[in-house]
Amino acid sequence: MTLNLLMFYLLSAVILGFSVMTITTGKMLRAAVYLLFVLVATAGLYFLLNYEFLAAVQLTLYAGGIVVLIIFSILLTSHISQRFERPSAWKLWIGAITLIGGSTTVLWVLLSSHFEKAATVTELPVDMHVIGEQLLGTGKNGYVLPFELISILLLAAMIVAIVIAKKEKNQN
Amino acid sequence: MILDIYSFSTLTGAIDKGLNSAMAPWLATLLEFVIVGVVFLIFYALLGLFLVYLERKVCAVIQNRIGPNRVGKWGLLQTIADLIKLLMKELIPIKNADGFLFNLAPFIVIIASFMAIAALPFAKGLQAMDFNIGIFYVMAVSSLGVIGILLAGWSSNSKYSLIGAMRSGAQIISYELSVGLSLLSIVILSGSMQLSTIVQSQADGWWIFKGHILAFISFVIFLIASTAETNRGPFDLAEAESELTAGFHTEYSGIKFAFFFLAEYMNMFIVAAIGATLFLGGWMPLHIGHWQEFNNIMDYIPSVVWFFGKTFFVIYLIMWFKWTFPRLRIDQLLNLEWKYLLPLSLINTVLIAFIALMGWYF
Repeated sequence: MTLNLLMFYLLSAVILGFSVMTITTGKMLRAAVYLLFVLVATAGLYFLLNYEFLAAVQLTLYAGGIVVLIIFSILLTSHISQRFERPSAWKLWIGAITLIGGSTTVLWVLLSSHFEKAATVTELPVDMHVIGEQLLGTGKNGYVLPFELISILLLAAMIVAIVIAKKEKNQN
Repeated sequence: MILDIYSFSTLTGAIDKGLNSAMAPWLATLLEFVIVGVVFLIFYALLGLFLVYLERKVCAVIQNRIGPNRVGKWGLLQTIADLIKLLMKELIPIKNADGFLFNLAPFIVIIASFMAIAALPFAKGLQAMDFNIGIFYVMAVSSLGVIGILLAGWSSNSKYSLIGAMRSGAQIISYELSVGLSLLSIVILSGSMQLSTIVQSQADGWWIFKGHILAFISFVIFLIASTAETNRGPFDLAEAESELTAGFHTEYSGIKFAFFFLAEYMNMFIVAAIGATLFLGGWMPLHIGHWQEFNNIMDYIPSVVWFFGKTFFVIYLIMWFKWTFPRLRIDQLLNLEWKYLLPLSLINTVLIAFIALMGWYF
């Protein structure tokens, strides 16, 4: 149990530290790389909870998919010597006020709510078959309608991307 | 007998029991982590050296040459001599590069392949981690490697590196789809993503035989797409020597270059091992249905021999591609994936799902 706790604190420290570095660094690609570390450490938290499916989804979707897309677009658009401009003073003040307000709200909710430790911890094995059947189920807890809606949205987005990227036929 | 060549679980169980009786459980767990890590590191380094030697020998045979033959018997120590040379080379700092990302990139590439190797079942009872989503985990962590390649190309601040990295990124992202779909066909047939269950499901025949022609088609798609995923010829435009010097690792020298080199060969090994495990039965000996006597005879060959035999067979196929086919252009490469392989693997997946539903496989 102590090792688990130690890993939890280690991963949390990595997440917090790199989250701060993501928004304070002046170089765009470094921000993306720090974000990658945050996302990988979050996957580590899921592994710690023995929820391997979500951890692998986190790695494929966020670390392997979204961060790669972000890095790809930075590679195409920005030069290595480019730096972020320092935000103006009033933006900093607004940011600081939002930060203090947001974090006090979250902390207040967390500290005021009473977490009850379950007397008997029943470990639920996350079966792939259950996830698959619920995702495509029409009955109770079935997700087939959102699933299909998202598919249509993705299909539309893909067609739009192809139409935009398609070369215009030569007019003359 | 502790070292049972047919099942390694007695050996690993004995080590686990011995450590737990000698010290506190948490210390034993920690020590086991260290032991597994060191074993994998040594395995990784030795296998990398051997694969480089093997590639040079296979290339030489295909080109009607002898290959390395001066250092050691049959040139076996040649790659060790190369490694010592690489270790002693100067690490050249690049003036206008982003130093942090430049130094980080080789580690991301090598850690991604190192994480993937941990889930491979090497023999009966010899697997470091047996997740219930094993194959998905391998896909997830191996997709991190491309980030290292992209970072290496950009942070070098050189146009050759950047072009190489962009090509590599486009290639890996596209071909990942076909790799995933071809692996999915075996997941559908065996009904599990756990690598040990997939191996067990092939106890009465390997999926490439049991799954008819469709499983064979997905094996071929897997071979093509994973060759592209590992940036190897004929899909090696990311480091096309004749146009881009060395692609994304142009600016690297010494041990950092060796990291990219090693990771590339280990990725080839991982891909071959995954192909061998899913399609060719992994460590499972060649069993045919209910031919009990034949199966018993096959069981005399240890599982670790079967695993490495099949893996090196797939590695040989991949090397054969590289030294036979000329390099593709980038538009040919993307056309091949998006216009041919992806539709084919989509249709193949649907057909596999259909025969799995109807039970039309052995």
